[in-house]
This record gives sequence, C-alpha cells and structure tokens, in this order.
Amino acid sequence: MKIVLQNLTKIFPARDKKNGKETIAVSDFTFTIPDGKLVGLLGPSGCGKSTTLYMISGLQAPSGGKIFFGEDDVTELSPENRGVGLVFQNYALYPHMTVKQNILFPLQNLRGEDKLTKEQMIERAYEAARLVQIDELMERKPSELSGGQQQRVAIARALVKMPKVLLLDEPLSNLDARLRLQTREEIRRIQKETGITTIFVTHDQEEAMSISDIIVVMKLGVVQQVGAPQDVYDDPTNLFVAKFLGTPPINVFKGAVKGGKLILGESEVLDVPGVDDREVFVGIRPEGFIPDVNGALECKLNNVEVMGRDVSVVSTNEASLNPIIRSIVDSDYKIDKNDESIKFSLKPHKVFLFDVETEERIRFEV
Amino acid sequence: MTNESVKNIRIKWDGFVKKIDAFCHKIKFDSWKGWIYLSPAIVLLMIFTVWPIFNTVRYAFLEGYEGMAALSGKTFEVGFGNFEYVLGYQNFQRCLFNTIILCVLTVPISTFLALLIAVCLNSIKFLNRFLQTIYFLPYVTNSIAIGMVFAAMFNIVGYNHQNIENSVSLGIVNNVIQFFGGEPINWINMYSGYWENIWVMVIYIVWNALPFKILILLGGLQSVNKQYYDAAKIDSTPKWRVFTKITVPLLSPMIAYVVITGFIGGFKEYSSIVGIFDADMGPPGDRGRLNTMVGYIYDAINGASKQYGRASAAAIILFIIIFAVTMVNLYVSKKKTHY
Amino acid sequence: MSEVNSNSNINEAVTPSKTITTMVERDMKKVSNAQLVKKILSNVAIYLFLIAIAIIVLFPFYWMIISSLKSLEEYKLSTPTLFPEKIMFVNYVKAFSQGNLGTLFINTVYVGVVSTIFSLVITVLSAFAFARLEFKGKDTLFALLLATMMIPGELFTITNYSTVHKFGWMNTYTVLIVPFLVSVFYIYLLKQNFLQIPNELYLAAKVDGTKDLKYLWKVMIPLAFPTLISITILKMMGSWNSYMWPNLVTKSENMQLVTNGLRNAFTEATSGETDFPVQMAAVAIVSAPLFVVFLFFRKYIMKGVSRSGIKG
Repeated sequence: MKIVLQNLTKIFPARDKKNGKETIAVSDFTFTIPDGKLVGLLGPSGCGKSTTLYMISGLQAPSGGKIFFGEDDVTELSPENRGVGLVFQNYALYPHMTVKQNILFPLQNLRGEDKLTKEQMIERAYEAARLVQIDELMERKPSELSGGQQQRVAIARALVKMPKVLLLDEPLSNLDARLRLQTREEIRRIQKETGITTIFVTHDQEEAMSISDIIVVMKLGVVQQVGAPQDVYDDPTNLFVAKFLGTPPINVFKGAVKGGKLILGESEVLDVPGVDDREVFVGIRPEGFIPDVNGALECKLNNVEVMGRDVSVVSTNEASLNPIIRSIVDSDYKIDKNDESIKFSLKPHKVFLFDVETEERIRFEV
Repeated sequence: MTNESVKNIRIKWDGFVKKIDAFCHKIKFDSWKGWIYLSPAIVLLMIFTVWPIFNTVRYAFLEGYEGMAALSGKTFEVGFGNFEYVLGYQNFQRCLFNTIILCVLTVPISTFLALLIAVCLNSIKFLNRFLQTIYFLPYVTNSIAIGMVFAAMFNIVGYNHQNIENSVSLGIVNNVIQFFGGEPINWINMYSGYWENIWVMVIYIVWNALPFKILILLGGLQSVNKQYYDAAKIDSTPKWRVFTKITVPLLSPMIAYVVITGFIGGFKEYSSIVGIFDADMGPPGDRGRLNTMVGYIYDAINGASKQYGRASAAAIILFIIIFAVTMVNLYVSKKKTHY
Repeated sequence: MSEVNSNSNINEAVTPSKTITTMVERDMKKVSNAQLVKKILSNVAIYLFLIAIAIIVLFPFYWMIISSLKSLEEYKLSTPTLFPEKIMFVNYVKAFSQGNLGTLFINTVYVGVVSTIFSLVITVLSAFAFARLEFKGKDTLFALLLATMMIPGELFTITNYSTVHKFGWMNTYTVLIVPFLVSVFYIYLLKQNFLQIPNELYLAAKVDGTKDLKYLWKVMIPLAFPTLISITILKMMGSWNSYMWPNLVTKSENMQLVTNGLRNAFTEATSGETDFPVQMAAVAIVSAPLFVVFLFFRKYIMKGVSRSGIKG
C-alpha cells in the first residue's frame, strides 16, 4: 500500500489561551511512501516525527493537508477503519491478558465481512506469533516477559490483523544495546517477509540508517531531507542533516572560499571550483581525511586510537568549531602517537560547504 | 456467493463506514461523547445535589417556611427570620454547645491516641498485621448496634424505671471501677449528670474514630523514608526527640488530614448518640439533653409541620461552621506543615 | 525494621570483645548491654500498651457475644460472669422473630445490592468520561463536582426529603436507592485509578477498532478491579449502616432497614422489662455480616477507606 502525505500540518493550540503560543508540530509535510518499503522518520525529540506517525494512524487529526492510503483519502477516517497496525514505544500490552489474549484482541473486534471463527483467529494468532518467534510464550502474562519479548508480542499484535501499514513508535528505545541490534535485524526481517509498508520513528540515526529503505530527516516540524540512507549521508542538503547523520559525527569548521580555493585557518586545503568568494561552514566526514606529509591541513595531534581495521585520529585545529577533530583512517597508514602534529589531504566528495546564514548546502564540482 | 459479489459488498460496506465516519467527524461527535457517558450522573446530581443547594438556601431565607403550610398555599416573607429564630432558640443553642463540646474533646483525644498507637505499631514487627486488623474492627461496625453494646456496658438495666435506686450504677464498667476501689457512677440512666453522659459519648466516639485515624497515620508512617530514622540513629537521637522532631513534622500532612476529617465528622455527630441514648437523645427524663446540630435538623423536618425553613437555616449554619473550621485547620496546618 | 537494625548493631559491638578485650571495648560492651536492656524494656512497654489497647477495642465485641448468650437472670447479676453459665442460643431465635429481623435483612440486602449495581455503572461511565474522553467543559465540571463534596449531606437532605415527598416516593425502595446513586467521591476514586492505566492502551485499542464500551469492559474494568471492589464494599456498608435517611422516609415497618428496626424494636418495649440478652443477640446478628465481609475483603476495605475519610 502506497501512502501519500499531502501538505500534512499539525498545529497544537496554545495551552494558556491568552499568552501562550501555538505549537506547530508538523508543517506542510508532502511525501509519498512507496509500497512495501521500510521508512524511518528521524529527528531529535520534538521534531514532529511521532505526531506524523499518530496522524497516519488516525489517532490525531491533522490541522491541514490530506493522507491517502493507495488511492483512498483516509484523512477523515477513524483509526479502526484505516487498517493500520501500531506498536507503541512502551508496547501498551494489556497487563491482565496473556500473550495469546493480547494477540487475539484485535481479531475479536473484526465485524461483518471480516469476522473470523475461533479456529481461524487462533490460527492467525499463532501465525503472527511464529513470525516474531514467540509461539512458545503464548500463555504467559506480559509481566513475565523480557523487554525484547514484549516488543515481539506488540509487533505480533499489530501484525495479526494483516494491516495495510505497520507503524512503529521508537521501537527500540526501551531495549538494551545488545537487544537493540538483534531486534532491528528482526524488524527488517519481518518487514521483508510480510512486505507490509512500514514506518518507524526514531531519534537514533544509526538505527534508522541501518535498516530503512528510505529515511526522512525532520527538524522542528519541517522535513529536511528524504532519501535512501546512503544518499542522504553522502549528499546532505544542509548542515543540520550533515551533523545529524553519521557516527562519529561530521567535523565542522569555519572557513572561507577565495578564488575557488577553500581556506581553513591560513592554508588552502581544497579546490572548490564554481563557488564565489564568501565565508562558509565546512563539514568534513571522519573518513574524508587522508594522512599525507604533503597535505595542506595541519592539525595538532592529540591521540591515536587503534580499532583494528581502522585507526581513529584525534586532533585539534583552530578553525574547527568542535573541540576535537575525529578522523577515521585506514590502519595501513602508520601514525606515530608521539608526533606533535599531523598533516591531512582531503577527499573532495567527503567535504561539504554550507552557507553561514542559512546553513544550506553550497555545491561545488568534484 | 461469488468472489465478485463479496467484493461488491465489501466496497459498499467500506463506503458506508466512511460515510458514518465522515458524519461523526462533521458533527464533532468526539467532542461531546463525554457528556453522554456522564448523563446519568448529571441528571441525578441535578435533582439530588444541585437543586437542593439552591432550594435549601431559598428555604432558609423564607421566614418561618413550613412544608405543611406551604402545601396549603401560604406565602412567606424573605428575610433572616429563620436564622434569628434558630440562633436565639435555646434548644438549638444546646445542640450547638453539645456538638462543639464533643468535637473539642474527641478530636484531640482520638488523634493523639491514634498517633501513639500508630507509632508504636510501626516500631514492631511481630503481631503487627494482627494488631492492625484488630484496631480496624470498630470501623466495620454499625454505630447504632455497637452503641447499644456500650450502653449495656455502662448500665445493664437500660431505662428500667422500677427499682432505680440500686440498679442505675450496675454494669461492667462500674464493676471495674469498684474493683479498683472507686465509687460506681450513674453514667447514662435516669438522673445521671450531663458530664457523665458526655464522657460516655467521648469514650464511644473515640473508640469509633480510632480505626480510620490509625490507618491513615500508619500509612503515612510507612511512607516516611527510613533514612531519616537511620540518620537520627547515627546521631544517637533520643526516642522522644525522634518522635517530636522527625515523626510528627514528617507526618504533619497526615495529622492535618485526620484532624480536619475528624472535625467534619464531629460536627455531624448524631447516630452514635442514638446508639447509646436512643432517638430521645438523652437519658430517660431529660429528652434532647445531648441533641446535636444534625439532630436538630432532623427533628425540625421530621416533625408534623415540617419546618424546612428553620432546618435549612440550621444546615447553612452547620455548613458555615464546618467550612470555617476547615479553613482554620488548613491555615494552621499550612503554617505548621514542614514540607 | 528498626528492631532488626539495632540488634545487628549490638551484635557487631559484642563480637570483637570476645577475641581481644581492651578497656575501650569492655566499655562498649557495657554500654551495649545497658542499651540492650533499655531496648527490651521499651519493647515490652510498647507491646503491653498495644495489647491493652487491643483488649479495649475488642472488649465490646466480647461483651456483646457473651451477653447475648446469657439468660436474663444471669445477665442482671450484680457481679457479672465473664462467661455464660448456661449458653442460651434461644436468644438468637427470639431476636430474629421478635425484631422482625428477617424482613429487615431482606430489605437491607435488596437496597444494598440494587443501589450498588446502579451506582457502579454510573460511576464507571462517569470516571471513564473524566479519565479518557476529551470534551468541552470537562475540567470545569469536575471541579464543580469536587466542590459539592465540601457541603455537608444534611443540607441536601432537607430539600431531598421534600422532593421525594412530591414524587410520592415515601415508603418505597426507590426512595432508599435513587437519591444516593451518584457519589462524587467514588467517581473521583475511580477516575484516579483509570488515569494510572497508560493512555497507550486506549490508543492501541482504538487502532484495533475497539469500541469505547468494549475497551471499558475488557481492559479498564479488569485493571481497576480492586478499586471497584472497594467501592462495592463501601457502598454495601453504607446501606447496612444508614440510619437517618431511612428513618425519615420509611415509616412503615416492612420498608425499614436493619439499623432502624434494631433501635426501634427493642426500645419501644421499655414499658416492661427489656430482654437485654435478646437485644444483644440482635445486635450480634446485625453486626455479623459486616464482620464476615471484613474478614474476606480486609485488604480492599482498608485500601478504600484510607482514601476516603467518610464512613460508609
């Protein structure tokens, strides 16, 4: 099922009627989610990603704009008639029901044409349980399950009525680090197996990057960029997106362009053809540094952390806006920890220039 | 049915559902659905709570309003007549006095006793649950029924008029007094003294009030962070100092609550007196000696002429007193409450 | 708790002195011994006090039971017996027949059960609306309801008495049931409980197409069950103990509730000699159901009461 969001807007009225300001949670969001894709809504807290999810589910009514499932306009439709499955951040399992009863619950609400017999219901419930591998736990109560197991039950409950769309609200945030890795693979697998269009919300960019087909980066209710994770990473449209994606994060410098040359501090570090003379913010990905005795960018060496395949070089430079510069280089380069300084040359496609005022990307030819 | 027709029905059904949804959306069903759920409660509250508030105030300001007279078409002047009458009426003054005396005596006694018991109970482990259950028992009693038992304990012959000389001072309580070498007392029978009557009432009311107070104070004590006590122990603080400087201040919100509810209940004292003295509200031969504010109100409306006006004036005076006492209590406890 | 702690303190102080006894440690031992004695004494005092109170609390019940089993002659002895010489179960039979207790019991149970059921339905619906639904004027309405709790019930009674007169409800079950069906306090209690249930459960159910009433029945009510039991018991106790209102509105004997009948049945006969053991038997019969309920639902009653403050 393809999902279309058209100028979707959500405004929360002010709490305090006289002085308070209304909050624009989501502003003019237009986006088409292709059928059968896994989409990650990504952004810091308060960026409107959960509100978007709730509007798609029908739990919150948009202040403006429309939502289409396929060709159908569902904007006015109540949640139960949209055929969505929703997994809540805290799972929202009914504490007094067993796993089986929890999974059966949505099926028991089906009426008319969709009504199932008891046997069909149980069959469907076990099918969903097997899919998320909890069919051994059907008689337990939620309180007897681990966090990861509860998560699976919640997914099974959302999947059991074969929704057109599966929505996951911060699905991994309540899990510990080890389970998180495991569960995100699991979500990816389940989505692949069922082919259901899935949207999930997260503030963790690594999580979003690792499993999504498409990511949507949001900030203060406004969509910043949409695209395949690698594309967004390689080609951010503004400084916010560049900073938000990638671990270790991008290194940001204050610099200037003069005569088609990028200048950091005193030195010309890169040719940037086609850019006028101006002040710029410069973002350089950690993997964009090449240790080079003839390199133009000279930094004070602080530390070298060996990580096996790669080496992480920690250095400082006056032009840097971050306290340290972290670069990842291949371990073939031999770097002496005791050196005073290190010189780098730069990979042009890992260097991004941004306007100082708008923080929008300034492109140059590579 | 063919697949095709099933599909058709489905499409129709979906369309129907959508229409209903759109209709609900249009009339903003969600924004007034709550009132439907509340409607039974609201209707009943309108009749039996909201209307009485206005009507009772109306009654109170219709001078000399009586149910029976109103039925026959009599009209009444608006004024403070009922209040003047009630406040000047000796019977009412006595009721007011009795009520205040009972409050002033029972609330401090029961609060202090309950505090002592709760603190002791909180410091022991063995028998704790068992004693807690026992102390709660008076709560699950019928205050009239057990009042009759108390009456029997203070006077076994009840209100038997014959042979009064040697039977008025019998009863297990007097037996105990005599055992310790005291003189038996005529507690509640004919020719008994007013203060003897009052003390019987105080004992019964305190006995009845303890369970709730112990329960609340014990709950408060159990929620006090144990670290305060550990800290006090390290400083080797003496027990009484722990009690006055740590327990009471930390418990002050609970104590305030117990005192306020105690006063509210105390000003409405009625059925415990019926339990011991019967609906006559006094020992034989002195009807109404121990009557209270609530008793006065009931007598006024229960009489043949149904004096709603005076009863309403008395009820409003009762409300004002309870309100004032509660406010004073809140004010004091806010000043004294330590956090 | 404190007992255990201080005991372990004492042990720590005592053990090292067994191995090497220096002057300081011997002093410590002395101190701790003195403390131990003090501790024991204060514990004994506490237990004596608590047990004395327990005896005072229990004594009326004991007196009620033994008095109800005595013959009138034994009851009137100037030196009372602490246990009946001859157990007179016949007093209970007499109490039941003389006091018309059968009818009174049936009336009370009927009024209690019917008013509890309706009251629960109304309370659940109202609490749900306040806890989960959004509608205009919700907060104002709730504040108004809470404000009515400040007003003493007697103020309502006057008008209600005249109202039920006008409705022609005197001497009916209706008059004993309907005026007290809505309790703001119960609505408040249940609303608080409903609010503790995470809102996500409601949203999840909504996404699954659960209608509000089904959600209420399948999720909210099971989860708030303890509170509902508390409310049920408090409401039943209220019917069992109510005296003033039934006394006002039911003049005929076969409409009265236990409490009214109890006081009236045995005091009107004061012209002759009242049979006090029979009276005590009646009191015991009336008190027994409450005790049984208390034994089974102790936890719920105490929980409900600790949040109320109003008897019944």
